[in-house]
Amino acid sequence: MQLKNHLKMSVKEHDSSYKIALASAALLGATMPRAQAEVLGWDASASFLGYSEQNRVSAGEFIGTASKKYHQTALFDIKVVADVLTGASANGAVAQKFVQTFTSPSGKDFYTSNANQTPLDKTFQDLRGALSLNWSDAITDVSNYRIGGNVSLEHDYSALSINGEYSHDFFQKNTTFSLGVSVGTNQVKPEGGLPIAFSSMFIDGINRGEDGNLPQGFRDTRNGNSDNVTDAEILLGYTQIINRRMLVQFNYGHSESNGYLTDPYKILSVLDNNGVAQDYLYENRPDSRTKDSFYVMTKYHLEQSIVDFSYRYMTDSWNIKSSTFDVHWHFLTGNNSFWEPHIRYYTQSAADFFTPYLDQSVHTPEFASADYRLGNLDTFTVGLKYGFTLNQQHRAEIRLEYYKQQSKNQSLIDSRVATSHSSGLSGLNLFPDVSAVVLQFSYYF
Amino acid sequence: MKNNLFKIVSLIVLMALLSSCSSLGVKPWERDLLAKPEMAVNSSPLDQAVDDHIYFSKEASSGGRSFAGGGCGCN
Repeated sequence: MQLKNHLKMSVKEHDSSYKIALASAALLGATMPRAQAEVLGWDASASFLGYSEQNRVSAGEFIGTASKKYHQTALFDIKVVADVLTGASANGAVAQKFVQTFTSPSGKDFYTSNANQTPLDKTFQDLRGALSLNWSDAITDVSNYRIGGNVSLEHDYSALSINGEYSHDFFQKNTTFSLGVSVGTNQVKPEGGLPIAFSSMFIDGINRGEDGNLPQGFRDTRNGNSDNVTDAEILLGYTQIINRRMLVQFNYGHSESNGYLTDPYKILSVLDNNGVAQDYLYENRPDSRTKDSFYVMTKYHLEQSIVDFSYRYMTDSWNIKSSTFDVHWHFLTGNNSFWEPHIRYYTQSAADFFTPYLDQSVHTPEFASADYRLGNLDTFTVGLKYGFTLNQQHRAEIRLEYYKQQSKNQSLIDSRVATSHSSGLSGLNLFPDVSAVVLQFSYYF
Repeated sequence: MKNNLFKIVSLIVLMALLSSCSSLGVKPWERDLLAKPEMAVNSSPLDQAVDDHIYFSKEASSGGRSFAGGGCGCN
């Protein structure tokens, strides 16, 4: 009994003491109660991220994780995320050769865009907090399960989801099949209320202040304060060890989202035959979306480095098709440090209902969005990470990445709108490149 | 072009599935390299979470490696 109490105290004091106690107990032939043997301490990490787009959005994010092992196989982990976003975001309207005025999402203020500049909503800012909990354990020597839950809160969006996964090993654990399921519910509560699809933005260029009353013209564009989105997803995985140096993973994912999938802050310009904006309409997207993704990843251990290559093909019911190529090359050095260059290329085709703007002379379609993220888009990422181990336990990593987006919508402008070569648009860059820098510092305790 | 790419990937998947029972794999004592943390399927979960969040909010695709749900109103 004294030995048991001694062991219990050692566990609380320090992990290494616990290991020594375990060894002592083994030597003495003592039998430890299971509850006392289960406590193995916490692992934790913290990550700080800065994200900055040129003349647009800036974001700062903190991610903290902690995990704890129970007996030999179970793991509980918790992740906390907090981020802040501020800056300017493209509102969907096209550049013009004159200054344009827009009403802010709240309806209480206005903002302008300079001549020849893509209109950006400068009132964009957000705070987000998120919490994720997971529990995993072995069922048998060759099967495992994991269950988890996530919650994310913003002032205009909240999300709640639960997920579970079962995996089974075959052939001396050289082959693993997994099945994951996730369901979620989201509430969209836009600033200023829900805009009525294709209603005309009310613009009077008056700043009413935070306590000001909303004008009737703005209220007429709103219908309710909130709406919902439900998500359901299935993920099938197959991981195969090829040989001592190589493994491959294949995933197939199918997801369905239903509900309010429109971006309440995005608008479309309505242009006359001369290419001059006459109106701005709130966008409208379909209320359902299914996605199918096929993902393959391989890791290969060379003599002093590890190559991680992945490819993803995604297609969805909005007729967006995308390919993503991603390569990480992890170079091991002799002094407990590493370098890891990263290259990523992504290309997508436009959604069926994407259009750079609407023609005044053409009947408004059932769905339309000018959000460039739904258009033809190529993106490139190059990055470098450096990591090193301190005190043979703690690890620090610093990562710098450069990200660039190139919209390729000229063919769409030619095919989907009639006034593509009108004088009002000549010489304007309707879809300028967007570039961003990401700096991340992570510490593993 | 993309259809062809899709077919190639599907073929690779099928081949791997068919051959997984025979000569692939290692014995338990040959896992020295595979057991390294860097060889784990998701060896950098923090980076992955950050990247998923950024790309979810800047592009029209998500998921593949893990669940596609973004859990935020950023897209």
